[in-house]
Amino acid sequence: MPYVVERKPLTLSERIYLPQILAGMRVTLRRLFAPNVTMEYPEQRPAIPTGYRGVPTLVKDPHGREKCVSCQLCEFVCPPKAIRITPGSVEDQPDRTHVEKGPQAFDIDMLRCIYCGLCQEVCPEEAIFLQNQYTLSGYTRAELVNDKAKLYELGGTLPDQHFKWDKKKAAAEHGNTH
Amino acid sequence: MISAPKPDLVTVNIDGKDIAVPKGTNVIEAARQLGIEIPHYCYHPKLTIAGNCRMCLIEMGMPAVDPATKAPIMDAATGKQKINWIPRPQIGCATNASPGLHVKTSSPMAREAREGVTEFLLINHPLDCPICDQAGECKLQEFSTAYGRGYSRFVEQKNVKPKRTELGPRVTLDDERCILCSRCIRFCKEVAKDDVLGFVDRGSYSTLTCYPGKQLANNYSLNTVDICPVGALTSTDFRFKMRVWFLKETPSIDTESSVGANTTVSSREGVIYRITPRQNDAVNDTWMADSGRLLYKQVKADNRLLAPSINGAATATEMALKAAADLLVGRTGPVRHDDDATPAAHRAGAPYQGSVAIVGSGRSSVEEQFLTKKLADALKASVSLVSRVGQGDKLLISADRNPNVRGALVTGLISSLPSQQLTTLAADIDAGKVKTVLSIGEDLTAAGLTAAQLAKVAVVYLGTHQNATSNAAKVVIPTLTVFEKSGTFVNQQFRLQKFAKAVPGPAGVADDLVTLASLAGAATRSTVASDLGTLWSAIAAEVKPLALATYANVPATGLLLDATPWAALPFCEGETLHFKPAASAAATA
Repeated sequence: MPYVVERKPLTLSERIYLPQILAGMRVTLRRLFAPNVTMEYPEQRPAIPTGYRGVPTLVKDPHGREKCVSCQLCEFVCPPKAIRITPGSVEDQPDRTHVEKGPQAFDIDMLRCIYCGLCQEVCPEEAIFLQNQYTLSGYTRAELVNDKAKLYELGGTLPDQHFKWDKKKAAAEHGNTH
Repeated sequence: MISAPKPDLVTVNIDGKDIAVPKGTNVIEAARQLGIEIPHYCYHPKLTIAGNCRMCLIEMGMPAVDPATKAPIMDAATGKQKINWIPRPQIGCATNASPGLHVKTSSPMAREAREGVTEFLLINHPLDCPICDQAGECKLQEFSTAYGRGYSRFVEQKNVKPKRTELGPRVTLDDERCILCSRCIRFCKEVAKDDVLGFVDRGSYSTLTCYPGKQLANNYSLNTVDICPVGALTSTDFRFKMRVWFLKETPSIDTESSVGANTTVSSREGVIYRITPRQNDAVNDTWMADSGRLLYKQVKADNRLLAPSINGAATATEMALKAAADLLVGRTGPVRHDDDATPAAHRAGAPYQGSVAIVGSGRSSVEEQFLTKKLADALKASVSLVSRVGQGDKLLISADRNPNVRGALVTGLISSLPSQQLTTLAADIDAGKVKTVLSIGEDLTAAGLTAAQLAKVAVVYLGTHQNATSNAAKVVIPTLTVFEKSGTFVNQQFRLQKFAKAVPGPAGVADDLVTLASLAGAATRSTVASDLGTLWSAIAAEVKPLALATYANVPATGLLLDATPWAALPFCEGETLHFKPAASAAATA
């Protein structure tokens, strides 16, 4: 059953509008001289806090060497199955001795990725990181599948000291070769 | 038949539970029967006991007796006989069950001993788990989780050893990962009878190696990879191809010979990555031949037939089936040449008696052979099989290289053993008696027919791969490999064994059963079931030796059929691992 809500009668100042307009103008005037809170995106970009989970990328060690050994743990742990790796063996290279395995292909489907960061957490080689990249656009679905080259381009190098094959090289040079 | 002697049972007590086991059973097996796992690396149930890994350490004791009177000493507190526990741990693999034996498998002493062993094993073991092919099915990984410290106290540098030594054409050794269990050495010596492996050097320098100038090249070398408890021996073919936790395992049968070794096909997303043996103590123990592991390559072979064709032109499956049915049932093709002489029954579509010959296959499953027989009966066609005979190796490859000749005998498709050459068929073609030949996966030129003879008849070819016969055939209908379909084989022991579909077949290729059922349906003018469940009710009803079987109730280890109706046939197989030919069995009895 409909019923009528009685409206509160307007006061005099409300009826003549002017005080309300002045109050509004006061706020406008104050904001006119206050510092900006918005920025001119995309020319200006916000500072991304550390630990931000952006687009997953592959990183290289400070010597520019591939860290991923294609253990496929990220592929296994990925909840939306966005990662697809084709493993392959790696020939001995002078700067990467003792490395045996590396990815032949490494695809991350960004249409599937949910930015959960489990791939980064599970990686035993510290090779995959969700970094500060957050914008992603493309005209086709294929464009939004990041391949190995794209992932390394996005990832760059990270200053960490965990290239464990160097430890093995050191052990070999130490005279533990049998 | 002589009944097996009754095993001499002894009662042992493991972790407080009594169990009766045959005398001589070791503690690991006795504990396994109680559902208790004693960790071990070097012990393997099918190999001799080496006792060198020291992982299966247990605490053991015997009931106390008075040395002088031999009277049992009773424990006043419990009222039971006192147990004298040996103050140091014993290895479970080399401790045999004896009356009254008491074992503690997880006492503090046993646990500490295993933790010590694990720490020593891990000292020089590389942190390769992320790239190791064994990861996920590695005993060292499993037992390190159970008995490892979780961190290393080892501050020195680890050993560096060769990472990819080619021990043979199919096996690659990663020396760093080896824990010196010697399973591979014992396998080569005891099972493969090819004693090429051994350890050289001492201590942390110890290395697995081949005898100088020799290679681990025998046809059973990949079994060493299977039994390696760590990732030291790896299959060169499977190395770094796929992590094992992604692989879906499907039970299958090795089709390379009539032994019918039980296998596991590992696949991921429709791609087969490897074939490994599946334990069946009555057929292949835990072994299989290397040659059988490569059979999965036929699935993606270049000469695979992928589309049906009529006279060499690709066509739709329905069209090819119709063309094949027309040829076989006799409404078109060469049999139409004399319309006046054609009896009325033939004009109505009934088959010419004897104008169709069917070349069945010892590689077809029992179900396919059953449908082939149905088709042959309806067409009154002659049926022949092609036998393939090779050298048997007395282990898991028999002389008969067809996996299912006995299936054809059981289903009644043939009544005598096949020959290698199709001489009767060749004579019939030359005499003009046979006008149409249906070949089920058999290359007729390889079986002795000349190209001229093939040109005289209309050939319908049902097969997986291209060959001279498929090239000469009028109608070609592609079929599936053993990995893409389900069914059963009857091996040399007359053991009905089933295999399951591991991967889907190529797009557009119909199941063999569907194709054969469609042809049989056209020949009998009825609907013939093509699914395994319905088909097996028909098989059970019509094939007497299989009256009690259904596809679902064939156990994983196979169903032994009564072989007496065929005992007199001169099968070509010699002795294999778990098979004695009837003649020699009779000679020894």
